[in-house]
Amino acid sequence: MRLEVKDAACGYGLKTVIQGISFDISSGDILCLLGPNGVGKTTFFKTLLGFLKLKSGEIRLNDRDIKTFSQKERARSIGYVPQAHTPPFPFTVLQVVLMGRTAHLGSFASPSRKDVNLADETLEMLGISFLRDRIYTEISGGERQMVLIARALTQQPEVLVMDEPTSNLDFGNQIRVLNRIRQLAASGLGVVMTSHFPDHAFLCASKVALMQRSNVFKYGTVDEVVTEENLRSAYGVDVRITSTNDGENGILKACIPVMTA
Amino acid sequence: MNTQEQISRLPFTDAILIKKAKKKWTIPVIMALSLLLITVFVLSLNLGRYGIPLHQIVSVFADKIFGLPISYPKTLDAVLFNIRIPRILTAILVGWALAASGAAYQGLFKNPMVSPDILGASAGSGFGAAIAILLSFSTVEIQASAFLFGLLAVFLSYSLSRTIGKNSDMVLILVLTGMVVETLFSSLTSVTKYVADPDSKLPEITFWLMGSLSKILGMTDVIKLLIPVVIGTVPLLLFRWQLNVLSFGEEEAKALGIDTRKVRLIVILSSTLLTASAISVSGMVGWIGLVVPHIARMIVGPDYRKLMPVSMLIGGIFLLMTDDVARTALAIEIPLGILTALIGAPFFLILLLKGKKGWI
Repeated sequence: MRLEVKDAACGYGLKTVIQGISFDISSGDILCLLGPNGVGKTTFFKTLLGFLKLKSGEIRLNDRDIKTFSQKERARSIGYVPQAHTPPFPFTVLQVVLMGRTAHLGSFASPSRKDVNLADETLEMLGISFLRDRIYTEISGGERQMVLIARALTQQPEVLVMDEPTSNLDFGNQIRVLNRIRQLAASGLGVVMTSHFPDHAFLCASKVALMQRSNVFKYGTVDEVVTEENLRSAYGVDVRITSTNDGENGILKACIPVMTA
Repeated sequence: MNTQEQISRLPFTDAILIKKAKKKWTIPVIMALSLLLITVFVLSLNLGRYGIPLHQIVSVFADKIFGLPISYPKTLDAVLFNIRIPRILTAILVGWALAASGAAYQGLFKNPMVSPDILGASAGSGFGAAIAILLSFSTVEIQASAFLFGLLAVFLSYSLSRTIGKNSDMVLILVLTGMVVETLFSSLTSVTKYVADPDSKLPEITFWLMGSLSKILGMTDVIKLLIPVVIGTVPLLLFRWQLNVLSFGEEEAKALGIDTRKVRLIVILSSTLLTASAISVSGMVGWIGLVVPHIARMIVGPDYRKLMPVSMLIGGIFLLMTDDVARTALAIEIPLGILTALIGAPFFLILLLKGKKGWI
């Protein structure tokens, strides 16, 4: 799998929100998109997922222009994990996960026994089988996030696009979800995710794209991009990056903001 | 500790609290409801000012089916085949159509609070039909006019809510814009009444507005309703899995591989056709489209694979029973729309009060 974004410009209607996005990822890569609120991360995601038209530039998946994908083809290649939310109807977790099979079904078809088995396997793989028959609207935010990941995985995509997969999760669940994302990438998926925490890039990303206002776009390895200088210019806060050698776990890096008063 | 263990230790709620999901009793539910529908159908044959005992109904059908010589009075034949059966079938079809369109609208607009009434589809169709009655159009033309204005009303409510709402509480805003559109078309209907000939057209429109099936005479009336109901029902049954996915919102449905523009359009056209064809026959019969899908959801859950057929069946049974009351309870006929509102409004209030989270 290879996803290439070349000088992409994205926006709504006539307005261009962000431009000059370029990166490429292959199987096993985790690209972490960082950047302040309102910089256009969501707009870019919407473009990548086909909700918005690409203004200029090019997005290619496996050397094929993504514009030529039908909605169904795109869904078979790109799985989307939105931020956990509450839908209006009390579907069971299994029903929600089964929705991931939609792109593999005929227009008028409903999921079959085979699809149910696949959904069960995914729940098993993520260690959340016990949620299977629970009501999706009644489980916790962390559980819902896992269910949405399960749903995206039953799409059997090559790329997983995750919109702030750690938002609204407690500290422990954040780390568990990030760990899970690393495992998924290790199993051959490409992952594009957004985060508000540069630390998350240190924890799991192989590549980082830092979006800033006035269309400054920095892209590279974690160590290249997540620097004190770059974070200061992107977020406008003073940050120190520290590292310790933990021996067993190698070099661990973290960002520590410096308070002004 | 490896990650597998860590994940399975996610601090989730106790396993004891795990609720048993809806068991696999969908097929029994559908069979039970079909049986109930048939039972109510047979009992309804017997009800009415011209009472027909059950054994006589049986012998009429036996004679018809086996081609036996007629052993019953001619009036009985006329009452049964020209009045009662057509009316019963119409009641079932109207309830079926309104419940199906209500269920579809709720999923499509991911909003359990909408219905043909609330979206303005009923009021729009009502205005379309009233104008057509005023202009002495034929049945089919009344249906077409109702359909066009119903479509216009849904389009207005929805696009207004999109313009006003942007990213805020769409559930509430769609209900509000629907109210505005409903009021607009209701007042236009009043204008129609105001200019109608007080001796002929005015009473016709007025009675029709209150909702009644008393005008149904003969099987041709039934067939004129049956055709659009079938045309509207088939796509809703075909797309019922897609409706599940659509109820998660447009973007997620797209990301899951649904051509949302196409499916949305087909579902809106089908549901509005169902509403309009029902309304143009029965008049303003409200509440079915809101209440029945909620009852169905209580029985089989929100999965449209089950919810859609169950809503249709319950809608048919519900309206048939209501119409039975309408035509037999008092010496004069009670307008159907008044009865469905009298039953529907308090019933919905109970649903709201006892409502499970996520259903409202």
